[in-house]
Amino acid sequence: MRPDHKTIGRQYLLLGAGMAVVGGLLAYLVRWQLAWPGTPVPGFRWVPEPTLYEGIVPEPAYNAFVTMHGTIMMFFVAMPILVGGFGNFLVPLMIGAREMAFPRLGRLSVGTFAVAALLLLASFVVENGAASAGWTAYAPLSADATYTAGVARGLDLWIVALTLELVAFVLGSINLVTTVLNARAPGMTWWRLPLFVWMQLAAAVLFLASVGPLVAAALMLLADRTLGSGFFLPERGGEPLLWQHLFWFFGHPEVYVIMLPGFGIVMEILPVFARKPFFGYRAVVWATIAAGALSLVVWAHHMFVSGIDPRLAGPFSVTTILVSVPFAIMVGCMLLTLLGGTIELATPMLFALGTLATFLVGGVTGVYLGAAALDIYLHDTYFVVAHFHFTLFPAVVLGGLAGLYYWFPKMFGRMLDERLGKIHFWLTFLSFNAVFLPLFLIGLGGHMRRIYDASQYTLLAPFVDATAVVSHGFVTRAAILLLAAQTILVVNVLWTLVARARAADNPWRANTLEWATTSPPPRGNFLTMPTVYRDPYEYSPPDAATDWLPQSVPDPRGRA
Amino acid sequence: MTGQAMRAWLPENISSYGSEVDALLALVFWLTTPWFLLMQGMILWSVLYCRRRGGRRARYLRGDSGKQLAWVLVPAAIILGLDVAIDVRSAALWARIKRSLPANATEVQVIARQFSWQFRYPGPDGRFQTDDDLALDGELHVPAGAPVVFALESQDVIHSFFVPNVRVKQDAIPGRTIRGWFDAAKPGRYEIACAELCGISHYTMRAFLVVHAPEDYRAWVAAQWPAAAGDDGA
Repeated sequence: MRPDHKTIGRQYLLLGAGMAVVGGLLAYLVRWQLAWPGTPVPGFRWVPEPTLYEGIVPEPAYNAFVTMHGTIMMFFVAMPILVGGFGNFLVPLMIGAREMAFPRLGRLSVGTFAVAALLLLASFVVENGAASAGWTAYAPLSADATYTAGVARGLDLWIVALTLELVAFVLGSINLVTTVLNARAPGMTWWRLPLFVWMQLAAAVLFLASVGPLVAAALMLLADRTLGSGFFLPERGGEPLLWQHLFWFFGHPEVYVIMLPGFGIVMEILPVFARKPFFGYRAVVWATIAAGALSLVVWAHHMFVSGIDPRLAGPFSVTTILVSVPFAIMVGCMLLTLLGGTIELATPMLFALGTLATFLVGGVTGVYLGAAALDIYLHDTYFVVAHFHFTLFPAVVLGGLAGLYYWFPKMFGRMLDERLGKIHFWLTFLSFNAVFLPLFLIGLGGHMRRIYDASQYTLLAPFVDATAVVSHGFVTRAAILLLAAQTILVVNVLWTLVARARAADNPWRANTLEWATTSPPPRGNFLTMPTVYRDPYEYSPPDAATDWLPQSVPDPRGRA
Repeated sequence: MTGQAMRAWLPENISSYGSEVDALLALVFWLTTPWFLLMQGMILWSVLYCRRRGGRRARYLRGDSGKQLAWVLVPAAIILGLDVAIDVRSAALWARIKRSLPANATEVQVIARQFSWQFRYPGPDGRFQTDDDLALDGELHVPAGAPVVFALESQDVIHSFFVPNVRVKQDAIPGRTIRGWFDAAKPGRYEIACAELCGISHYTMRAFLVVHAPEDYRAWVAAQWPAAAGDDGA
């Protein structure tokens, strides 16, 4: 049967959600060990030795869990949900197309991704366990099994799975860019594209521009491990820092590949629930292009203390801190979209506002780390961990959930329960802050990342199992609450799918094209193909009878 | 939270450039926090006072005229100026810490390997790779108030030499020698950590920085090289 982009989108969402459960449980195992080192993790006594011992996490497993948590959340949760899921499902609908440009390429993409995810999960059960060299896999630690105490096939599988995942999204990105370039409805000019589509397009272009070096690096690393080459091994004439350059040349833009679609979701939701046009639409598009371009030349800020020529710190520090300008424009426009609106705090809006509020913390703390002289102290501490969780969690989890609550009626034809949604929001939002705000202070205290047992250090012992707020004990309790709160979503989704009433075609009274068809849309998306007459965010125009004018409705005031 | 309270979380600083690092931290705090509060305040204000009630209609503001966009572009320009200020301060401090080495420093080799630190002293002849070298495992002895130049090497994977109380961090790369420096004003015993994941026992890769008062350091040196001390009374 011919593939349907909506099915592919839903498959990506489901795969991402499944992997999120694995990534979340890994966080739980890691957090438990940090708070109560050497004690059995409740619920995990069933895991056989030598992975766990009666539920106790040993050192090799700890490093593997830290590595796999990062890998899964970045590549197997954020990407499939924000790019694969929302991107595939929504972009054709929002531009008024019947399908993606290459439907079979979409199916190949999600299939390749599923294989990659399976290989990654399989690496947990091979001899000596899963990859344990960190999600950044710095060579030479990652380049020779003797350095990771025998982790061999686990890390090989990690490389293969990562490479296949990248291939899946190369296919998906080509498909998305081609679709936006060629399949827009009549009247859907560039400046009438919904911002979500702009963000997906920017993310896809950025991904394609940056992914090549990492694919090459991954294959070189695999060759070092299996064929005896020495690209990254100094004793064979290689260069360890080469890996870091190639990894971060991709790795930093990759953060934006994730963040921009998350922002795109928020940008769709804010005008609908404030009933206002998006403030500074074109300024945001230009700022996005500027931020994307800058993201290609900031990678060495991950490497200030790595041993690169110290003269490089200056230019990379400047480009990094300069990123604050386009992001200030984007965030400023989002804030001014709110001011003077008639805001309705429905669940999607709560999650969108939560995304904005928490992202501000991540943005501001990025300035500390971008200042190279401060990074000397802060690099590789929990300050960094807290910072990037405050950028990625808002985009992926809060933004993703905002999108799920907002588009659930379009995707599945039913409205999620608002009351459960609001409880879910507040528990998620508050417990997330309770997890990661203390980690900034723990990081300022000098706490290194990826430390199996911090009680080894006199300096860090106060942070371990204290009852104080700034301690691993408190943070872990909050993290357990954060994970447990997600069961509310599961209950809401299952209950809604089974028992709740069908949704209207356009329950939020939104203007963009995906709401101009049925919920869920039929195969081919539209019964009559839409024509676009205006900008996507015409809310509360002064001389109109209603407070919204859909993109596809001819002007009721008789003007074209 | 004020800048002062933020600094209270930092471990005690004992180096001369560390106080400048802490001051830069406070500067970034004071330059960024007002913006942070302003933006959070706008969210809070909108949620409290721009809610849907009665028949009020939202303001139709598209933000596509220069006059309206100025509300975003002017703050962005100010932020750009603050960015430059932070860059300039940071670059000067970075140059002091990372781009030059002090003269007349105590020299030591720092060798990192899974999962321990070794510190090598050149001995009385002042040269490494000679018979009077001294290799110490897990303890780095330095004189207070005088610069120390280290030559950092790794024998296997990447490690990172991190002394929180000194505010110094430098990765060790196998196949390279990376030189850096620090000083420590206050005698005492401080922890040295590995800050880069280096394998299963990464978390145990700890050593100590032992800072001696100048006269105690001379006594420590004399105790390490008794022959030399007898010869020339050093």
